[in-house]
Amino acid sequence: MSGYRLPHGGSHLDRSRPLAFRFDGEPMQGFAGDTLASALLASGRVLVGRSFKYHRPRGVMGAGPEEANALVELRNGARQEPNTRATMTELYGGLEAASQNRWPSLSFDMMAVNDLLSPLFSAGFYYKTFMGTGQATWHFCERFIRKAAGLGRGTHLADPDRYEKTNAFCDVLVVGAGPAGLMAARAAVAAGLRVILADENARPGGRLFDEGVQLDGLAPAEWIDGALREIAAGGGRILPRTSVYGYFDGNVLGAVERVADHKRKPAPFEPRQRHWTIHARHVVLATGAIERPLVFSGNDAPGVMLASAGLAHATRYGVAVGASVVVFANNDGGARTAIRLADLGMSIKAVVDPRREIDPALAAALGARGIRLETGAVVAATRGRKSLAGVDIRGFDPVSGVLGANVMQPGCDALLVSGGWTPSVHLASQAGSAPVFDEALQSFVPGTAREAWTTAGACAGTLDLAGCLAAGLDAGRTAARACGKTAENGEIPLPELSGTLAGTDLPFPLFDVPATGGAKRFVDFQHDVTADDVDLANREGFCSVEHLKRYTTLGMAADQGKTSNVNAIALMARARGLTAPQVGTTRFRMPWTAVTIGALAGRETGHHFAPVRRTPMHDWHVAKGAEMMAAGLWMRPRAYIAPGESLRDAYIREASAVRQRVGIVDVSTLGKIDVQGPDAGEFLNRLYTGGFAKLPVGKARYGVMLREDGIMFDDGTAWRLTPNRFLVTTTTANAGAVLAHMEHYLEVVWPDLRVHVTSVTDRFAGMAVAGPEARKVLQAALEEGDVSPEACPHMGIVRGRIAGEPVMIARLSFSGELAYEVYCDWPAGLAVWEALIEAGKPNGIMPYGMEALGTLRIEKGHITGAEMDGRTTLADVGLGGMASRKKPYVGSTMTQRPAFVDPERPVLVGLVSRDGRAIRAGSHLTLPGGGASLGHVTAVTWSPALGANIALAFLSGGRDRHGEPLEAAFPLKNERVAVTVTDPCFYDPDGSRMHV
Amino acid sequence: MQKYSALSLLRNALSGHRDWQPAWRKSDPKPAYDAIIVGGGGHGLSTAYYLAKEHGLTNIAVLEKGWLGSGNIGRNTTIVRSNYMLPGNNRFYEWSMKLWEGLSLDLNYNVMFSQRGVLNLAHTPSQLDDYARRGNSMRLEGIDAELLGREEVARMVPGLDMSPNARFPVLGGLLQPRAGTARHDAVAWGYARAADARGVDIIENCEVTGFLREGGRIVGVETTRGEIRAPKVGVAVAGSTSQVLRLAGVERLPIESHVLQAFVSEPVKPILDCVVTFGAGHLYISQSDKGGLVFGGDIDKYNSYAQRGNLPVVEHVMSEVSAMLPFVSRLRLLRNWGGIMDMSMDGSPIITTGPLPGLYLNAGWCYGGFKATPASGWCFAWTMAKDEPHPLNAPFTLDRFQRGYVLDERGAGPYPKMH
Amino acid sequence: MRIHCPCCGPRGVAEFSYGGDGTVRRPDLSVTDTDAHVAYVFERENPRGPHVELWHHIGGCRHWLRVTRDTLTHEITSVEMAGRFAGEAARISGAGA
Repeated sequence: MSGYRLPHGGSHLDRSRPLAFRFDGEPMQGFAGDTLASALLASGRVLVGRSFKYHRPRGVMGAGPEEANALVELRNGARQEPNTRATMTELYGGLEAASQNRWPSLSFDMMAVNDLLSPLFSAGFYYKTFMGTGQATWHFCERFIRKAAGLGRGTHLADPDRYEKTNAFCDVLVVGAGPAGLMAARAAVAAGLRVILADENARPGGRLFDEGVQLDGLAPAEWIDGALREIAAGGGRILPRTSVYGYFDGNVLGAVERVADHKRKPAPFEPRQRHWTIHARHVVLATGAIERPLVFSGNDAPGVMLASAGLAHATRYGVAVGASVVVFANNDGGARTAIRLADLGMSIKAVVDPRREIDPALAAALGARGIRLETGAVVAATRGRKSLAGVDIRGFDPVSGVLGANVMQPGCDALLVSGGWTPSVHLASQAGSAPVFDEALQSFVPGTAREAWTTAGACAGTLDLAGCLAAGLDAGRTAARACGKTAENGEIPLPELSGTLAGTDLPFPLFDVPATGGAKRFVDFQHDVTADDVDLANREGFCSVEHLKRYTTLGMAADQGKTSNVNAIALMARARGLTAPQVGTTRFRMPWTAVTIGALAGRETGHHFAPVRRTPMHDWHVAKGAEMMAAGLWMRPRAYIAPGESLRDAYIREASAVRQRVGIVDVSTLGKIDVQGPDAGEFLNRLYTGGFAKLPVGKARYGVMLREDGIMFDDGTAWRLTPNRFLVTTTTANAGAVLAHMEHYLEVVWPDLRVHVTSVTDRFAGMAVAGPEARKVLQAALEEGDVSPEACPHMGIVRGRIAGEPVMIARLSFSGELAYEVYCDWPAGLAVWEALIEAGKPNGIMPYGMEALGTLRIEKGHITGAEMDGRTTLADVGLGGMASRKKPYVGSTMTQRPAFVDPERPVLVGLVSRDGRAIRAGSHLTLPGGGASLGHVTAVTWSPALGANIALAFLSGGRDRHGEPLEAAFPLKNERVAVTVTDPCFYDPDGSRMHV
Repeated sequence: MQKYSALSLLRNALSGHRDWQPAWRKSDPKPAYDAIIVGGGGHGLSTAYYLAKEHGLTNIAVLEKGWLGSGNIGRNTTIVRSNYMLPGNNRFYEWSMKLWEGLSLDLNYNVMFSQRGVLNLAHTPSQLDDYARRGNSMRLEGIDAELLGREEVARMVPGLDMSPNARFPVLGGLLQPRAGTARHDAVAWGYARAADARGVDIIENCEVTGFLREGGRIVGVETTRGEIRAPKVGVAVAGSTSQVLRLAGVERLPIESHVLQAFVSEPVKPILDCVVTFGAGHLYISQSDKGGLVFGGDIDKYNSYAQRGNLPVVEHVMSEVSAMLPFVSRLRLLRNWGGIMDMSMDGSPIITTGPLPGLYLNAGWCYGGFKATPASGWCFAWTMAKDEPHPLNAPFTLDRFQRGYVLDERGAGPYPKMH
Repeated sequence: MRIHCPCCGPRGVAEFSYGGDGTVRRPDLSVTDTDAHVAYVFERENPRGPHVELWHHIGGCRHWLRVTRDTLTHEITSVEMAGRFAGEAARISGAGA
């Protein structure tokens, strides 16, 4: 015998819409509104999973987020989701689910041998063994341990679904739409506030569905629908299927809405889930409570279930979880559940309660229904392995805690257990002080708030329905006041309740029943942590609650101890002779329930992981065969590779063209900063190592900035456009950092300076025309303007017009050739570029990319980020002469420290390969034949101008070692290249080529 | 010490595990010791162990404010590696690696040091050059390192985004095969048990509230459990270094405390066999033996002692992991936690005598303290025993900032949030 | 975490870049004593509790702000402009948005 569908009832069920699904390949049927768990139970399925360590057979134990046993692999292929809780999975037509952590099959699992060996697998056993002869032994054993561990199987296939993110702002966020949450939301809406009501279930209402009451004469489902209509009509936003998982600083909460998880797959363009970042002025936490299991021998047998789950399955899904049911509870909730289930047509054999008596009205009601009541008794053991066959009821002395005689051993296929309720304090704990122990509840309730929140209902320890409704109303009013509204803004009455049953859900403090027989008593079902493990942890000194958790893994499974933490604390407290609050809880951390990682990533993944920045000439580059490469977020041409060419062929051709004729390169990505104000010159004078205050208008100057610690930060040029205005260029990589650096000094350090800085990086496109014929080409392109040596000397600035567009030109050279940087409006970039290409055709102008640029600058010994690596000084790269001695500047004093003048410092040198082989970047320099590293290679190229493989490198004491033979060692590839140390400037050392 | 082995496990299994002894004694403080270590985390416990083992100092105590291992030894992403570029760093971490390789046997405690390899992904040619520089630096120091091409990386890590859709395509990677992961809590417990067995008093719930001084010299500590005197007091309280040293009158240090968040997914069957780091961001991920994917990214980048971070970093880390391993998108984040990092001004640690006579400091571990645990304790023990640093920790001085000899592995400059 | 920018209003922390301890003062450029610069660049009080610190609103007005925030609770008790608009403070309403 096992569960079945009741002929009537099921508030969530649409019996007119049967849905077919498969579990472990077996075709089954449920109805719209079912969860996978309820459909399995209705189909008579008892065994649904295997536990983590011992591979024990397990059945559904809950009806909500607390589920520890019924985890399945849902869907398949790229959409396979391991460890999916069947209780939170809405049934859809064609659903496919498989049991997990078993081989070869769920009912015959070879790994269940672990259960037989379980005496060996005590808590922390792995710390005591597998050491053998050392690492080899462990590595051998670890493979098997890894395979045995884990729960479900994931897939290596990329997640095909998309996730979206949204922000929401509200006055009041109500978390949980049970009786308290609904009342709080109604009250807040009535006060005229913007309200968001989030509930993790498909249908808001919480446990209100399960109470056999009427509210204002309405059945719960009708009353709930009315309340939701009222909230929506008042402008409230209702978010079902939405788990508020995290409470962050500043009343920012994270929530995930399961938009399409109840479908076979999302509709086209529909997100699977949506992440909400909710900014709330006030939060009402109405997160409810979770029923606790009791710890007794065999308490994990499939068919043993939380009483609240048995009830929820009957009221919401019309499912009887068993044909013959025993209830075991330490509070009146057990009897009430029995009465309700009997009234719904289920066969209840007995109610077992350790107390000497229960509420007399309930006792009478049980009697009237012919349900046997055993007080002063407990369920001491279960029978049946793959499904519950019966229970052993024993007498129990609630004072001594000693088991008495056998009372009866009834057969049953379901045992509903209630050990009291554990408030869901998670969110409150994330944003408040440590939870506080409540003696009456025998559990923890929220501590004091650190953020603006109020609790209501079961999460604050109020367990009765009337109390929850009233607390919700109160919390709604409190929230309204916190948002500046008074009660007069709107008032709603409490609903009138009828049909409530007597009794209290406050538990008798029984957490476990003494062991009988050899059967294990589970505390943490999913991780197979038993009461004996708790004792062992204590014996070995792992008795603080954190050590208990970490040593036994209790509470660390996918359910995060929702049903096990309080029982474990109680057992540890007893073992240590302390009270539960003395033992305390571990810290609650986000997320409340596990959150899909993709939902937190949103769209910012794959190609959209980071934005792509393109220059206005991007498409031209691509059309001309450029291989594009990432430079930070920018895309830049690496080389324009002609058909049949290699990358190397291409850059040699491009670099040669620049040396011999003329080339053009896109430099739009350089950072550009407009520096304006009467003190602009003084400002730059303080930031750059060189002098800028006296730079004449119409001239540009190369400059280096240091960090405050004296290390090189960035280099670029500053163009004095007017006495009060400079255009500063930075490296591509540091554009943002240099701007922030400047803003820091202007606002924090020298607020008296009258200067304003603005990023104009993507205001101006830039291109450099370089080569002996650069002037000819540029002049030919200029419709207005003069770049003759007289009008535009080296470092001179002129304005002009190309392709009808105004341009600004500075005669600067990175390549060492006669060269000009041409800037124009960003949108005009392509037109100006094409005009220059056109003008340069007679001269054979060649566009060139980063590789050729690299070759040209290496030949000249010019530095880039590879040399300015955050550890090098001006002197290291041979620019000591740029350190002004006439003025202080940022970083100047710090360069006086001993390390900066250490003669052993590696300094920039050139290398020429002596055996013709290429030098690899990242090589280290050693003496011929090997030895320790003397320095490293930063940049390498084949130099067409020199006809040699050359490199730049840092070499300890390198200035005195020019001419010395060394080796460039690359042990990663077992290579050593013989090199000669040279000056880092290989080509045209006197700079005559750019001064023509 | 009760010997742990398969045999002892079997014997105890047959007797219902009734005979296991506490892993370490719950000691009460004595009035005086030869040396005191403040901080019962990984580094403090390993220091005590090596003081006892290597230097014969057994009349010593470890003082822990809360429960043993409650600091960063219990809240990290468990990665062990020695793939550093700067010689000052890689020599030290390689010594740590060598200690790790013998640690389980040395401690008679399985710390589950799993040498599954750490692979750093490279996404640009210049990043490959940087990795080559680092890998060659390692090889010249005798440390294992391999430079992998794109295809080798793809074979090693199924599920990486090798599609044209990847924003930053993988070009290759730097692998250290001997690197891997270890069971973090077990390291604390193993050291505690082994130190205890050599006579070290491990005193939990004992918070240092002040320092005892005589003539400018530190001669002990005041604690919530009374005064304890010792001629040598070592402080190993990364995360709280500034707070503890303020009690000794040291007001300013080259350290900021920052919160670093870490994450673990639900457990799944083996799906990721090595440690992988993302080169187009800051992300490191591995799969624990229990099956959860353990990963982390950047610190939150503001001073914090809260052991709790905020949403933007969470979202960014999830976006990084989904970009690198698109299958992870489908898995669920199970748990998040935060640890407080001693972020030093150059990203490298401090193991030194001083800054006051009688005081010794072990601090500034930034993201990387876990892997250093054995060598940190080993070197700190040496420094405390001999009153001078071992050559391995000689670069980790406090005065390096004043003198300019910083060890800036990332070249990020004097900005703690950047290291 | 949200920062009430005096210029832009309450904004999410992701718009801001942290600038570290706001109490350290850069020595004047004319100071050539290395120790003073070393102290400015490297040495921090790093308190556990209220902390005056700089934030740069890089995703907004780009002003630098001087923020008083508790490093233990992350509670922000004051925000004002640094530099030339110093003293312009944000209205901090209790909590939330």
